[in-house]
Amino acid sequence: MTPDHLTAADLQTSLGRRIRSRTVRWLFMGAAAVTVLVSALIIWTVASGAWTFISQVELTRLADIGWFPRRGLFDLTTLLVNSAQISVIAMAVAVPSGFGAAFYLSEYAHPRVRRVMKPTLELLASVPSVVLGVFAISFITPSILTNFFSDINFFNKLAAGIAVGLLVIPLIASISEDALRAVPQALREASAGLGARRVTTSIRVVLPAAMSGLMAATIVGFSRAIGETMVVTIASGGGDTSLYNLSLYESGGTLTSAMAALGLGTDQVAGNNLAFQSLFFLGALLFAMTLVLNMVGDVIVRRLQNRY
Amino acid sequence: MNPEKALMTQEPDARASDVSDASDATASEVSAPGAPAATAGTTGATGVHARIDVSGVAAAPGQRPDAGTVFECADVDVYYGDFRALRDVSLDVAEHEVTALIGPSGCGKTTFLRCFNRMNDLIEGARVDGTIHYHGVNLYQDEVDPVEVRRRVGMVFQKPNPFPKSIYDNIAYGPRLAGVKRSELDDVVEGSLTRAALWDEVKDRLKMSAYGLSGGQQQRLCIARAIAVQPDVVLMDEPCSALDPIATGRIEELIAELKNDYTIIIVTHNMQQAARISDMTAFFSVQANEMGHRTGELVEYAPTSLIFTNPDDPRTEAYITGRVG
Repeated sequence: MTPDHLTAADLQTSLGRRIRSRTVRWLFMGAAAVTVLVSALIIWTVASGAWTFISQVELTRLADIGWFPRRGLFDLTTLLVNSAQISVIAMAVAVPSGFGAAFYLSEYAHPRVRRVMKPTLELLASVPSVVLGVFAISFITPSILTNFFSDINFFNKLAAGIAVGLLVIPLIASISEDALRAVPQALREASAGLGARRVTTSIRVVLPAAMSGLMAATIVGFSRAIGETMVVTIASGGGDTSLYNLSLYESGGTLTSAMAALGLGTDQVAGNNLAFQSLFFLGALLFAMTLVLNMVGDVIVRRLQNRY
Repeated sequence: MNPEKALMTQEPDARASDVSDASDATASEVSAPGAPAATAGTTGATGVHARIDVSGVAAAPGQRPDAGTVFECADVDVYYGDFRALRDVSLDVAEHEVTALIGPSGCGKTTFLRCFNRMNDLIEGARVDGTIHYHGVNLYQDEVDPVEVRRRVGMVFQKPNPFPKSIYDNIAYGPRLAGVKRSELDDVVEGSLTRAALWDEVKDRLKMSAYGLSGGQQQRLCIARAIAVQPDVVLMDEPCSALDPIATGRIEELIAELKNDYTIIIVTHNMQQAARISDMTAFFSVQANEMGHRTGELVEYAPTSLIFTNPDDPRTEAYITGRVG
């Protein structure tokens, strides 16, 4: 129908509708702003706590016989070494089996198998970490590790590392599988057409082509391992203190488990010199480490992608 | 009617009886060593690639001597799951010739091409019935390892698919698999690139990524990569469809050159290309059943010169004159 007389008012929206659409816009923006605000608050809280600690602590206390916050002994090496040991064990468990699972799912599994297995794998990722912590002390240590190492402590870094590894496997497998599947089918066909077997194609063509994704999976897995708290707290570092030791058969606290202990107040930290503030310092350290790790990961990923 | 041509024809029409008689007779003749076989009759540059020992004995005037048969396909069906993609294809591929497979989209020519090196094995649910004999060995018998087949029957794909590796490593990939010694690799790489008319363009940047090459160069790289393993046959699946006319021209020159050493089977959408480069042409067509499933079939197989000047089947004629497809 052709209008015989058109004015600007005919093409205007009603005031109510304009207000409504503007309100919705503000609501969504508010929701987005909340996350930014919360992040900023966290960083500010952690940073100011950490600053209080580092500006008041005697620096010699940062290197001592172990981590005894109530006595004012804050040996960082103890926690860093324990964190590193447990994370490395975890990666030793998770990388081979995660990559293996990814290669199987992407290169070998029948589509029907994959349809069942991939969700199962991702289900494993949703097991609460507290369950794995209990699994470590109720199964890994007593039923397996004691058979090989008779003098192993009931709480020990080895079991904690293995359990963290189990936790990280699905994460690594899932990201790696996505990376492998992203490799164009045309490259597999080119390789097969030259008389390569499936295993050769996987190793010489698919693996290098997916390298950046596999590195990303490894780094994400490592971040996850180093930040894992509950498994370590239950299986290795449940105590509020830990004496410096390198043995994997002994218990030992990590950055995260020390924070958990401080947060829980098992050490009656409030009012005791700087113990409470050390929690924030550890938090800042952990945050910085994962940040650096992710940045390094980004650089590696980008460099590998640009290689050809 | 040309009886030689009838031998190649799959069309089940009035000729059916004398066709089957004739093909029986031919089959026995071919199996006799050194016998002159009247399986095909191209004119043109034939003496170059015929096997010399046979040509001395056989050639009647105007008739091409038997060039040896590389593939004999009998009643080949291909299924993807329950879906029949190709039906009852029977044809022979002669040595050191270029055989073109043409036809409209969905007619199964690529599917058929991928039967020759068992590439369809890689597709989940794909199944091949019938027999394809390669130098007398049925490729689809249990003992045959598809990997061994593919070392002899190489493939060039529709889209250039170099590996994300250096130019050198792309060519060296196959030879390395085949166990060629490190000290010989340089020669193999240079030889293959020279053969593929790419050496002069890339000799100064062998260590650089193959992805830096143009599309046409990438496709020649893929051809060089395929011939680096010294195959017997090279399958080409629309190798020029992603290229501009100049690059296409270079590939066509290359194909003409390569057939001195290799048997080439090429799928093409471009009929002029088939006419220019091939000795034999197989025309495929497609028919939909009442369920809407489209099954391809071989309509006509004959020397290229005949297909394009005097096709037997009206469907072939309709296609090549541009009325269909």
